Parts: sequence; C-alpha cells; structure tokens
Amino acid sequence: MNPKDALFVIVASWTGLSAIAVVVSQNIVRSAAWLLFSLAGTAGIYFLLGADFVGATQLIVYVGGVLVLVIFGVMLTAQGPFISLKTSTGDWGIAGLVGLIFLGVLSSSILFASWPVASDARMKDAAYSKSSVALGQAFLGIKEVSGPGNVTSFPSNAPRTRLPMGYLLPFELVSVHLLVVLIGAAYLARAKRRLRKPR
Amino acid sequence: MSDAELLNGYLLLGALLFVCGVVCMAIKRNAIGILMGVELVLNGANVNFVAFSRYNPSFEIEGQVFALFVIVMAAAEAAIALAIVMNFYNNHTTVDVDTAEELKG
Repeated sequence: MNPKDALFVIVASWTGLSAIAVVVSQNIVRSAAWLLFSLAGTAGIYFLLGADFVGATQLIVYVGGVLVLVIFGVMLTAQGPFISLKTSTGDWGIAGLVGLIFLGVLSSSILFASWPVASDARMKDAAYSKSSVALGQAFLGIKEVSGPGNVTSFPSNAPRTRLPMGYLLPFELVSVHLLVVLIGAAYLARAKRRLRKPR
Repeated sequence: MSDAELLNGYLLLGALLFVCGVVCMAIKRNAIGILMGVELVLNGANVNFVAFSRYNPSFEIEGQVFALFVIVMAAAEAAIALAIVMNFYNNHTTVDVDTAEELKG
C-alpha cells in the first residue's frame, strides 16, 4: 500500500468514525466536539484531493465560523435536562435500520456504477492542485475554465462537448443571498425589548 | 489502489457522511443536534463534488466552484437556523423539538 492510499484510509476512517460518533453520542456537547473532528477530517480529504482552496475555506468557514456558532448555540441553551435529551430505544432501532438500508442502497449503487475516470496526466500527479487564481477566474467568468470537456453518459443526441463557462451571476447571487441572510439572522436574534407605552 | 477504486472510496465516504447526517436529523431531539445533521449532509455532498473535480478533468473547476457555493449556503443556513433556535428557546425555554407542536391541527 503506497503512502497516498494509506493516508486516504487514515483520514477517511477518521472522518467517518467521527461522523458516526456525532450521531450516537447522547450528550450534545460531545456531539459538537465530534462534529469538529469530522469537519476537520473533511478538510483533510479536500487537501488529499488536491483542492487546497476548498480545504482552506472549509477550515476557515466551517471549523472557524459555523462550528463556533453551533458551540455558542449549545452553550446558550445547554441547561440542565437539555444537555442530553435521550432518544427512546424504539426510535434508535427504526432510525438505525433505515440508515443501514439507506447506506446499503447508496453503497451498492456507487459500487455497481462505472464512473468515468479520465486519465489526464495532470490528474495523476498527487502534487497537482488547482490554484486559487483559476478558481477566481472561474467566478469572474473572464477566462475559459476547464475547457470543452468530453462529457460521458449523456443522451446520445446531446452534444458531446460542453462549452466552457464562468460563474459570475451565481457568484453575485450567492453574495447578495449571504448579505440578506445575515441581516435576517441579526433581525431574528435581536434582543427583545419590552413594549412600553409612551407616556 | 487504482484511480477508480480511490474514487469509489471517496464516494463511499460521502455516502457515509450523508447517511450519518440523515440519521442524526431523524433521531436527535435537540434542535442544535438536528442542525449538526444538516452540516454532515452538506459535507457528504461536498466530498462528492470535490472527488469528481479531481478524477474528471471536465469538471476540475466546476466541482470546486460548486463545493464553495455549498459552503457559503451552509454558513447562511447555520446562521438563520441558530437564530430560529434561539427565538424558540426564548419563547418556550426548551430546545426539544418534540414540544414544537402549536401548528399541529
């Protein structure tokens, strides 16, 4: 087993086991801690896949931002009985059974499908990673991205090549969306003032 | 391992994260636990996007761009959901979602 595969197995099992621990731990504070490990492991997966910018964003936004929000929520609400709300055994059985069946369906469909794995020399290089400049150009739409690729498993009458495109409009939409959401969150979570009659 | 086997490994990890998130959403009674399940689901989807961006050169930019969009959406969703949970806690002094039943007919 070469080091690359060994690293994948280690990071993937770390991430998967932490995700399972999030589900099975009854204490909400422990769930939050396991979620931290799982999200950090996912960032490691992105680094292994050569997506450095996405991995760094995952660390900054998820581990640095979302998880701090979640932990603040836990701290503000975890009082007395709410730290560990027990799930009944019947619920555990049903949820576990449905989850296992769901996992079986997904795994079998993944393993039986033949995914198109392209043999691009660049992709073979473990040290290759897409620079953030290319990602920024894709967001601004000022340069060809990815190039016209050969898309497999399309209907046969569809054109086999996909034109390069940029993502300026979705980028603008998502930034305005984020602004609106943050204003809305500040409005929803504002401190309540008691209504007092003037006079 | 060959490239196809590695891709399958990444996809299986994504499926595991997704199923963990769905089960977490289903069984947790704490509202913040449900929020954690949503984060796990979005992470599972993101692992798939980035894996395909690595193993298919036609999507090498697209996979990462969509993953970034998903991360932004997840941040927005977490902010709104926590604000709602805080409001629920202020009004009901509990975070047990089983007690949120005023809309029941």
